[in-house]
Amino acid sequence: MSRIIINRRRLLTVTGVAASTLPLAGCDALDGMLSSGATARDAMAKANDLTYRVQRFLIGADSLAKEYTESEIRQGQRPNGSTDPTDVTYIALRDSAFAGYRLDVGGLVDRPLSLSLDELRNMPSRTQITRHDCVEGWSCIAKWTGVPLAAVLDEARAKAEARYVVFRCFDTMNLGLSGEVAYYESIDMLDARHPQTILAYGLNGAPLPIANGAPLRLRVERQLGYKMAKYVRSIELASDLASYGQGNGGFWEDLGYDWYAGI
Amino acid sequence: MATAIDKQKRDINLQRTTIRRHGLATRITHWIWAVALFFLLLSGLQIFNAHPSLYIGEQSGFAFDNSVLSIRAVRGTDGNAEGLTTLLGRPVDTTGLLGVSGPEEDRAYQAFPAWLTVPSYHDLATGRVVHFFFAWLFAATFASWFAASLINGHLRRDILPTFSDIRGLPGSVVEHLRFRFHHGRSYNGLQKISYAIVLLLLFPLMVLTGLTMSPGMNAAVPWLTEIFGGRQTARTIHFVVMLLLVGFFAIHILMVLAAGPINELRSMVTGRYRIDQEAAEGGPER
Repeated sequence: MSRIIINRRRLLTVTGVAASTLPLAGCDALDGMLSSGATARDAMAKANDLTYRVQRFLIGADSLAKEYTESEIRQGQRPNGSTDPTDVTYIALRDSAFAGYRLDVGGLVDRPLSLSLDELRNMPSRTQITRHDCVEGWSCIAKWTGVPLAAVLDEARAKAEARYVVFRCFDTMNLGLSGEVAYYESIDMLDARHPQTILAYGLNGAPLPIANGAPLRLRVERQLGYKMAKYVRSIELASDLASYGQGNGGFWEDLGYDWYAGI
Repeated sequence: MATAIDKQKRDINLQRTTIRRHGLATRITHWIWAVALFFLLLSGLQIFNAHPSLYIGEQSGFAFDNSVLSIRAVRGTDGNAEGLTTLLGRPVDTTGLLGVSGPEEDRAYQAFPAWLTVPSYHDLATGRVVHFFFAWLFAATFASWFAASLINGHLRRDILPTFSDIRGLPGSVVEHLRFRFHHGRSYNGLQKISYAIVLLLLFPLMVLTGLTMSPGMNAAVPWLTEIFGGRQTARTIHFVVMLLLVGFFAIHILMVLAAGPINELRSMVTGRYRIDQEAAEGGPER
């Protein structure tokens, strides 16, 4: 009998001790080392370079993201981020059904281009049913139609020293003290020339809606949604990313997100 | 803690013998995992908070319902915000812990409360930075542990349950429930089976479901989403395995405290472990 009492008491003791350690998980103690620019955060962010290198090593240059069947499109594509840009240039284009839209292709190219939507539609096209993975964690399957980015780069004759393709967008995001900041993104040449990387003007068999990035948005199917710039206004080929935005390669990257979003 | 001290006194009276119990590789990997899992859990909950719903299948149903869990803040009938957790279609009011948490005057409207996330404030970008750094550390440690345990015999000797371990499981469970511990060189049946499940099933499952969420890895290894039944199912499994590991951690700590925390802790730091006289003399080990 006494044995059982001891055991009960011991159970109460250990449960109490175990429970008292739980509030220690309160983690604002770690906030300092994790704030923007903190040494520990910068060191940990280097893991993204490792992920980038290892994935580039493991994933074949042309290995495709999974494509789905029509029956797996069960809902409209969920819009996220900007859904209705208010930039005056954009509003003017939108009101004329993008008749005056031109995609400028410049930077490290031998032949800069200025392409209308009709010209883009008359180039080779690709339609793919793919899964969009948002950095937040959700996924959505939709059918995208557009011109392969590789075809545009070939038309513009990309120079050999170009290492990145930078996308400048019409939409701006309000960052409080920093004011309005234009969205931009960048990918490497390997992803730029991937067969599924397209500049999409169609979604689920209809023209690309404004909420999803009309008139033209990027699809980079082996990365997360924030890489897939919407409302693309111009493309620049560059050898490094330092001169764009804060120099991290994209709008969200400048706010602390990883440049390589294959994970 | 009085009982623990009593126990140490009794231990001295029994004049137990100390042996070398845990190899260096076992001890180092144990503590790296302890740190890595702490950060993986808290950064994982930060990431979950960015979209606090889990689904079955490839995609997330917005126009249809394939949700198995969602944690939201909703406006209650009295006008105050309430935390609403919906598990398999059943709504539960979780105000104060999930959905809505923090002090009354400064409510946080997020799935998991600030004290369970790193950073404590909402910051998905940093949550991901922390998560992937420790994911690499975790996976590298697992690979090292597996190789070392194959070579030094830890895996075969201490982890893989034998037929007699499985047969003796009911008895082993009863012994644990009565807080009766036999301190010997080897793990008992319940220990072996628990460690085998955690190390050889849950840890690899965590890494694989994590990789299944990577769009890059999906292109490299398309069958990953197939075996888990879709990316969103993999995300759900990742979450469930997290809960199982938290459960394991709670019992693990409870058992260490109950079995004599100083002796147990020392064996995982220095490797030295005091065993029962019976076991030292070559008696039955359980």
